[in-house]
Amino acid sequence: MKERTKLLLIVLTFQACYYVPWDHATIRQSGLEAFMMLQEYAREHVLTCLVPAFFIAGAIAVFVSQAAVLKYFGATTKKILSYSVASVSGTILAVCSCTVLPLFAGIYTRGAGIGPATAFLYSGPAINVLAIVLTARILGWQLGLARAVCAVFFAVITGLLMAIIFRKDDASRTAGEMYLPDEEKKGRSLLQDALYMLTMVLILIFASFAGPPVGSTGLWPVIFAAKWYLTIALLIVLAVMLNSWFTKDEQVAWVQSTWSFMKQIFPLLAAGVLAAGFMLGRPGYPALIPDHYIQGLVGGNSLGANFFASVAGALMYFATLTEVPILQGLIGAGMGKGPALSLLLAGPALSIPNMLVIGGVMGVKKTATFCVIIVTLSTTAGMSYGWIAG
Amino acid sequence: MEIKVLGPGCPRCQRTEQAVKDAVAEAGVDATVEKVADVMEIAKYGVFGTPAVVVEGEIKSVGKIPLVEEVKKWLQK
Repeated sequence: MKERTKLLLIVLTFQACYYVPWDHATIRQSGLEAFMMLQEYAREHVLTCLVPAFFIAGAIAVFVSQAAVLKYFGATTKKILSYSVASVSGTILAVCSCTVLPLFAGIYTRGAGIGPATAFLYSGPAINVLAIVLTARILGWQLGLARAVCAVFFAVITGLLMAIIFRKDDASRTAGEMYLPDEEKKGRSLLQDALYMLTMVLILIFASFAGPPVGSTGLWPVIFAAKWYLTIALLIVLAVMLNSWFTKDEQVAWVQSTWSFMKQIFPLLAAGVLAAGFMLGRPGYPALIPDHYIQGLVGGNSLGANFFASVAGALMYFATLTEVPILQGLIGAGMGKGPALSLLLAGPALSIPNMLVIGGVMGVKKTATFCVIIVTLSTTAGMSYGWIAG
Repeated sequence: MEIKVLGPGCPRCQRTEQAVKDAVAEAGVDATVEKVADVMEIAKYGVFGTPAVVVEGEIKSVGKIPLVEEVKKWLQK
């Protein structure tokens, strides 16, 4: 951070402290809502949902071989393979911001070209494991599923459209050698790795298993009653696996990578929850921005509401995962389901700072086209979803 | 000797830069360590993953934080 930026931040904070009428009833209510929402996250979501998800993300970053995936982005790979891998590889590659932009630039300039590069760029932030888990948990599994499915499809469509529109430019790229991350030797089979990941995913599912509606019968209440026993049994299984399959170094690397995700993401998420609580309040509680503004702009499922949500999402910058509490606040204040999906689809993939970097890599014209395609697709998907989900 | 650390400025890249600097200091070699953060510059090297280390124009590691001992070996040649 430059010294001038620091000064500017301090001056802004000072002015906020000085001028905001903190004893005004609305501001007090908003401040209270901010912390009530933070407490709700701390009580409901952190231990059973976010912490296990961070351990999974850490494991993915350390144990899943990036080289194995990246080889599908080479210039000579069959296009259909490149697109398929690009559209889903966000789950394992995009957990770290270190990877996304350099990888995008690499695929674009040396590898499979603009199509797979933009497909990867789009799908990455939307389908990483943390984003999907938190969306499903807080905004409901329907929206989580819709987000994941749409993100994968849109990635392929966007990539193909970009490749068709700019097919001439694509031919004139410079060919050159590609350097993939070094493949590391491992003492485990793929099956062992898969079982290990599966155990952690099951722990996450059972630990955060929601209670059944009162009076329901069948499997659901039975699982719910046994959820802690199942979780503990799985934790024991996990401990045995860690002990017998992993070396000391690997265990340390896993914990370190999990810790670095937590360090990076928890403060941002907490700030996002506070901001969402302050502006919008928990569902059913008013805060700074009155509900009727939200309902007027993005309520219902009109074309205007969906389009507005897409464009706002595309321009706004969401730090990792903060799109979830913000949407929770918006939905609580009367945002429609369709516009909510529109915002989720256009939001994390695009932001003004992000556009500037992409613009530096592939030029203004292509970046603009990329944004227009995403806003159009997001609006369409939002309308369809709003129409289906009512 | 000219060493470049490629990476957009994430924690892993900073640790890589530190490891390289430590190695240079320990080995007592006369070398400059330059951090390359520009995404297009990084792409020009053809690396598919950061952090990456380039010694005298030759790519030595991609996508991982090298150990100080490893870096020292690259410096000897």
